Order: sequence, then structure tokens, then C-alpha cells
Amino acid sequence: MIRLLICMVPLLLVAGAATAQDHEHHPPTARTPATAPPAADPHAGHDMSPAPEPADPHAGHDMGGQAMGPPDVPTSADDQGRPRQPPLPPAALSGPAHAADAIWGADRMTGARDLLRRENGDVRATAFIIDRLEVGFDDGRESWTWDLAGWTGGDINRFWWKSEAEGDFDGEIEGEVQALYSRAISPFWDVQAGVRQDFGKGGDNPTHLVLGLQGLAPYWWEVDAATFLSTEGDLTARFEAEYDQRITQRLILQPRIEVEASASDIPELGLGSGLTHVEAGLRLRYEIAKEFAPYVGVEWSRDLGGTADFTRAAGGEPEHTRFVIGLKAWF
Amino acid sequence: MRSIQTDRRALLRGLAGGAGLFAAPGLPAWARSGSAGLRADLPTLDGPDVRLTVGHSPFTVGGRTGHAITVNGTLPAPLIRLREGQTARLSVTNTLDEDTSIHWHGVLLPFHMDGVPGVSFPGIRPGETFHYEFPVIQSGTFWYHSHSNLQEAMGHYGPLLIDPAGADPVAYDREHVIVLSDWSFLHPHEILDRLKKSPGYFNRSRTTLSGLLSGEDGMSLEERRMWGQMRMDPRDIADVNGTTYTYLVNGHGPAENWTGLFRPGERVRLRVINASAMSIFNVRIPGLAMTVVNADGENVRPVETDEFQISVAETYDVIVRPTEDRAYTLVAESVDRSGMARATLAPRMGMTAEVPPLREVPTLTMRDMGMGGMAGMDHSAMGHGVDHAGAGHGEPAAAPMDHGSMDHDMRNPDNAPAGMAVGVGVDMVSPDPANRLGERPMGLEDAPHRVLVYTDLVALAPNKDQRPPSRALEIHLTGNMERFMWGFDGRKFSEIVEPIRFERDERVRVTLVNDTMMAHPIHLHGHFFELVTGGPAGHQPLKHTVNVAPGSKVTFDLTADAPGDWAFHCHMLMHMHAGMFNVVTVRPLDGAAS
Repeated sequence: MIRLLICMVPLLLVAGAATAQDHEHHPPTARTPATAPPAADPHAGHDMSPAPEPADPHAGHDMGGQAMGPPDVPTSADDQGRPRQPPLPPAALSGPAHAADAIWGADRMTGARDLLRRENGDVRATAFIIDRLEVGFDDGRESWTWDLAGWTGGDINRFWWKSEAEGDFDGEIEGEVQALYSRAISPFWDVQAGVRQDFGKGGDNPTHLVLGLQGLAPYWWEVDAATFLSTEGDLTARFEAEYDQRITQRLILQPRIEVEASASDIPELGLGSGLTHVEAGLRLRYEIAKEFAPYVGVEWSRDLGGTADFTRAAGGEPEHTRFVIGLKAWF
Repeated sequence: MRSIQTDRRALLRGLAGGAGLFAAPGLPAWARSGSAGLRADLPTLDGPDVRLTVGHSPFTVGGRTGHAITVNGTLPAPLIRLREGQTARLSVTNTLDEDTSIHWHGVLLPFHMDGVPGVSFPGIRPGETFHYEFPVIQSGTFWYHSHSNLQEAMGHYGPLLIDPAGADPVAYDREHVIVLSDWSFLHPHEILDRLKKSPGYFNRSRTTLSGLLSGEDGMSLEERRMWGQMRMDPRDIADVNGTTYTYLVNGHGPAENWTGLFRPGERVRLRVINASAMSIFNVRIPGLAMTVVNADGENVRPVETDEFQISVAETYDVIVRPTEDRAYTLVAESVDRSGMARATLAPRMGMTAEVPPLREVPTLTMRDMGMGGMAGMDHSAMGHGVDHAGAGHGEPAAAPMDHGSMDHDMRNPDNAPAGMAVGVGVDMVSPDPANRLGERPMGLEDAPHRVLVYTDLVALAPNKDQRPPSRALEIHLTGNMERFMWGFDGRKFSEIVEPIRFERDERVRVTLVNDTMMAHPIHLHGHFFELVTGGPAGHQPLKHTVNVAPGSKVTFDLTADAPGDWAFHCHMLMHMHAGMFNVVTVRPLDGAAS
């Protein structure tokens, strides 16, 4: 159970941060209404019936011809607690819903309105993202990595796919591909759910259910955190974060970290329970164009705990340092 | 009807007259290099019948040719000249393979002639000719453009002048139209697509480590930490800029140097129109003072200045009086200083004057984050705070101190009206928006000369309706910069929003609150609103478009006297296309439709 919790930690941490950043609000600070009466204040006692009359908030002050700036008409920010706006006069609601229908015909106007609606907010896009496409050099051994993704959809609902794989130049390959439904839940965060299929990883190349959170954390950290429940019943998790430090407008240093965890020992995948793997990379890229940037970098990785033991038992090294050359691109 | 076919005749006459005009295909004569000014014999299109054809054309600037959507084959479109009191009859033929439309920007007319597909009419289908007809009841400098898709960003815009029925209160000897615009060889849908995937795509002036170390960014580490904490970019001044745009004067790039002629001593009226898709300009003519006489087509009390900011879709008429026999450079610098439009005023063709270099990139401040009230408090402490003290309120400092607390929540729904959706599309709610109408516009705070501010504008004629407003209405301009979502009150138009409803002839005080760190030129169709500037009573300046500075609020008084349905939107075309659009309804209609 504790291990399961460890697995959930990255997701929960990010979720916590996301909600804290986006939804936290301080209790409404008591503001002195002394300077500006709220717009809705009907100035009870004045003889001007419906007029809220924010026209001159300085009324009553002695202004004696002094040069004034524009009046500070109070708004909701001066009257916290989501004030209601004054009601519409009933006549504003009279007449037809669409004035032009009577002139041009409802048929043609309906089609035009539909187009207008789509042309003012319903923007769809499709992106293909090569986050890392690189060759690594580690003590004379060469390997390659791809980290690709893409999405299609509108602002709130999107289809995402992601694929990561690594291999050598002798035909060894192991990786995964994910297909996810993504929904924006706050200004900077999307929740994502779907499936992941592994390949080349040994065992039966399990399929997983995916639940993740992706977005932009404060200080511009791009974060992708997910938990995976495999068809074998194994629960694992992954947390990735990267940051772009612009040195100049085109030269960018990108630190990147990735941490993986497993809720249980999974011998067929060589995973021990607890934290299984950590990677830390530093990549220096040059944006020839915003969407095309070759890079060089270094990446250190280490298997942890029981996972390291599995790796050693299989004759591997739990720790690696790779120099990488690659490309970041999107279109 | 005089039409584009008469260009050649007029051109030859111009040559015979020694004005030194040379042919520039694809440009209406008034926009050609070496314009002697708008003379009656130059081929503008005027009444009673004007024929316009919308189609595809090549457009060349800077030695490169791209694809434009044009009216009568020119970019900008032909100058249309009408006279107050006439009936305008304008037929528009669509030769595109998609719908088109023409909106007469700033022109008061029956709603079904306003030219917004889906609001005022169904649009003009391919192959169809649509006949616009309306009485001309005003005068001034206006413009016209497509309201379909993003055709306007591809060249479908032109100037529209209406001469007054009586004597013009503005005296001048010669006039030039200055149509400012932005041209990209990227299709506007491509531009929007990139912004959706990477909202900072066009920005090459972001803060950097080297800028921090050298001090060039002008920001402390602590300030930068604060911006980073909020995931906001203090250099996000213009979404689309000089990295893709060539800024144009009358269809000419800076190197092509559009030139307007004058004789020393003449009063030259420049009718400046910002027909850009996404660009706000700061306009100056080094060495010449400019007297602003008209804003958005409405006369204002003459006010002299050295530089003014013109937001998208605004117009300003200025009078200049060059007395020396020399050339002057007209500079329209993009607000983010990523490029400029340039033209020359000269006594003869071929003369040029020094072109000043681009100035320093501005950086956003706390006021742009809607924390303007703090400085505002200082202001009021200096202003009527004194009155409080004088009135014997013993503790004048207490209230400002409370307000001055730094404890601002940048996204507190309690700072929004009850009807606003504070969801994914809202990354900020201004905690303390300031009225910045009296402040110099962005980037001109420290300009070493006079700069026009909105509060300088005073309507020449008394306001027609001086009733106090019977209702107050607050509308928030909202967005999510990271997702490039824009809307009003937290909603995109595509989400099927409730229209903004007015009763006919209702007088309403509308306050726009900008909950974003970008400027938004907000345009209301079919009406002029009066900016509440605190200026001389009964002379509030009339505008059809107002630039709402980042994190600020703008208040205007509106008499909803035009029955029907009208568009209300941000005139940054990408913002509009991303959702910052709504419909204004004015009811009852009684007798509105002809």
C-alpha cells in the first residue's frame, strides 16, 4: 500500500501544485469602500430613482476646478464577492432573437451564424512534436532515443499521442506508445487518460491504463506526470519536468529530469519496488527557427534500489552518463 | 462613376503636371509613391454608384511576391469618397471561392447594411454581387474591410472618406491618406496555428539570461522571479510582430518609401488609418508638430502633439504645417519595436530624411498586471485625499494603506462579476485595474516629447445625448495567453454566449476591464460611444474603437440608439478569431428594418 502511495506521489504532487496555483484564492481582503461607492449603490436618499449614477464618483468632493484625471469608476474588484450586475430593462429582451432573420430569411442567417460561431473561437489545430530525437554516446556504445508526441483538437478537448523509445544500432528497441484523451481543467493544466502499449520490453509487453496530468508549473516548468496500471496488475508512475533557460533569444539551455517508480517488484520487467529510475539531462539547443532546434547535451541516469539489482543481475550497469546530439522540432 | 480604369489618364495627367508619379501596378493612384495629395481629379471611387470586386491578387513588397485578397485588384483597396447627405450605393462582387463581406468601419447605417456575416446579413457568396445602400449621415475618416474569415489580414481593407455636407471646421490646403497595415507572407491561418501551438512564437525580444546579466532587460532577478512564478511573459507586447510582418504605408514597405508631397507653408491634413490585423503603432514625424483634429472620424478640439499611438482600427486626422523646403520622415513604429512603417513627406519626389532607429523594447509592469490601483491610490492621495484631509477626516492615510497591500491574488473570481466564467480561458483577473486613459501609452512613458493621451481628446461638438446613464455595465476582456484563448467575461463566442443586450435609446455606462496583459482595441459596430475622460462636461470624445491598455479599465457612455444586432469585438484579428467577439442587440426594433 505504501508503495502504491509512492507511485501516486508524483501525480498527487503535481495535482496539488496545479490546484493550489490555479484555484487558491485568498479570503477576500476587506477593502475600505471609502474611496468609491460600488456602481450598484443606488445612492439611496438621492432623488434620481433608477440611476446608479457612477458618473461622478467624486461628487460631493470639493474639486474646485482642479485638473482631474479620468474618473475611477468602481468595478467588481472594488466590491469583492462577485456582485450581480443591475438587471436589464425588460424592453431590451423584447423583439426577435436575431434581427437580421426578418430581412434576409432565417435559413440563410442560420448557416451564416453557425459559420460566425466557428470563426470566432472554435479554433482547431494539430501538432506534431519531436521533443527529443537523439543519438547518445556512452563509453563507445551508441544508442538512440525518440520522444515524440502530437495532439489534435480545440482548446479544451484534445487527442494526444506520445511515444518514447530507445535502442541501439544493432536492432535492439524498447519503448511505448500512448493514446490519450486530454481535457483542460485549469488555465495551465490538462488531465489525460488513455492507454499505453509497450514494445520490446520483455515480459508480455503489457498494456496499461494511463492517468496523467500535464501542464505548465510556476516558473515555466513543463511537467508531465502519469500513473500506469498494467494488464498484469502492476502500478507504476513517471514524472518528467523540463525548463527552458534562454541564454540568448536563440540559444537555450534545457534542464530535464525524469523519475520513475513502481508499486511492486516486477521481475519480468526488471523493476524493483519503490523509486526505480532517475534521469537528469542538460541540453543546449540553438533555435534556427522556433520550430527547429538542434542540440547537444549530457544525460545522467541511474537505476535505483531493487531495479539496480535486477540490472546488475542481468549484466548491465545501473548508472550511465551519455553525451547526446539531437533535434527538437515541431510543426 | 470614376473607377480604377481611369487610373492611367490621371496618372498621365500627373506626369504631365511634373509631379513625378511613376507607375506602381497593384496600387490605387492615391497610394502610389509620389502622391501629390488627394485631388478631385485623382481616381477615387465616389458616388452615386461604387462598384467593388473582391478577388485574389499577387502582392509584392520588399522584392517578394505573395498572395493577397484585394478589392478591385489593389492593396490597399480603392479610396471611397462619399458626401454627407447622399445615399451610398456600393455593389460588391465576390470572385473568391469562399464567402466575403465588407464592413464599413465607423459608418452609421442600418444594421443589415453593416456587413458582418451571421450578424447583419448572410455574407456574399462566391459569384454573387451584393448591393449595399444606406443614407450617409456623418462625415470624417473611416475605412472598410472584410469581416469574413481572416481576409482582412490578407489585404482586404481600404480607406473611406466622407466629406461634410457643409463647411469643414478643419482647415487645410492638401490632404493625404495614410493607411497603416501589416503584411505577412504567412497565411493568417498559419499565423494563428503557430500561436495556438506556441504563443510566444513570433517574439524574439524575450527576457534572457544574457539580458539579465548585462542589465539590458531592465529587470531585476526578483521581478523576473515574480513573472516566472505567474507563468507570464513581461515581453509579450505583440502576439504577431516584425519577425513576420512588413509594416506598410499605403501598401508600401519601408524601403519603398511612400512619399506624400507638399509645398512649404501648406497645412497638410494626414488622415491616418490603422488597418492592421494585429499591430499597434506609435506615429511621429520628427521635426514636425502634429495637431490632432479628428479621432475615429469625429472632430475633436485641436490638440498639438509630437507622437500618438494608434491602435488597430482607430483613425486620427492630424494637421502638419511643414514650412521648410526639406523632407520629413513619417515613422509608425510597432508598439513592440520589432519594426516600423515609414513614409516621407517632401516638397519633391526622391527626397528623403533621416529614418530614426527603432527604440528600446518596452517591458510590462505591475500596472499591466492589473495592479494599477496602487499607483492610482497615490494619485488619489494627491488629489482628493487632500480634500479629505481638508474636510477634517483625521486619518487620510488609512485607506490608501489598505489598498497598497501587495497581497494581490492574480486570479480571484471575487474580483469578477457574477456572470463571468473564471475557467480555463481566464489566466488572470485584474485585482486592481486602473483607469489609464490619462496615461501615456505603452512604450512612450519616457518619450522626450509630447505624447497624445486619450484624455487630451475633447469632442468639438457638444455630445448629443447628455442624459446621465441609467444603468452601469461591466464587461471583462479575458484570455489565457498560454493557450491563446480570448473572450469576453471568460467565454469565447463559439461557446454560444448570451448577447450583450441594450434597450433602444438606453443610456448605459459601460466599463471594460482588461483581465489580460495585452492591449485590446475594442470596437462596437453601429454606434459611437463617449469615452469618459473626465474632460469638459458634455464634450466627451466619441470613438468607435478604444484601446484598453493591459490590466486597465476604460469607461464609456453609450446611447444605444441603433436598433438591430451589432458586432462587438477586439480588433486584433487573431484575438477575435480566437473568441473575443460578441453580438450586441438593441431592442425593440420598431421600424428599424427597411
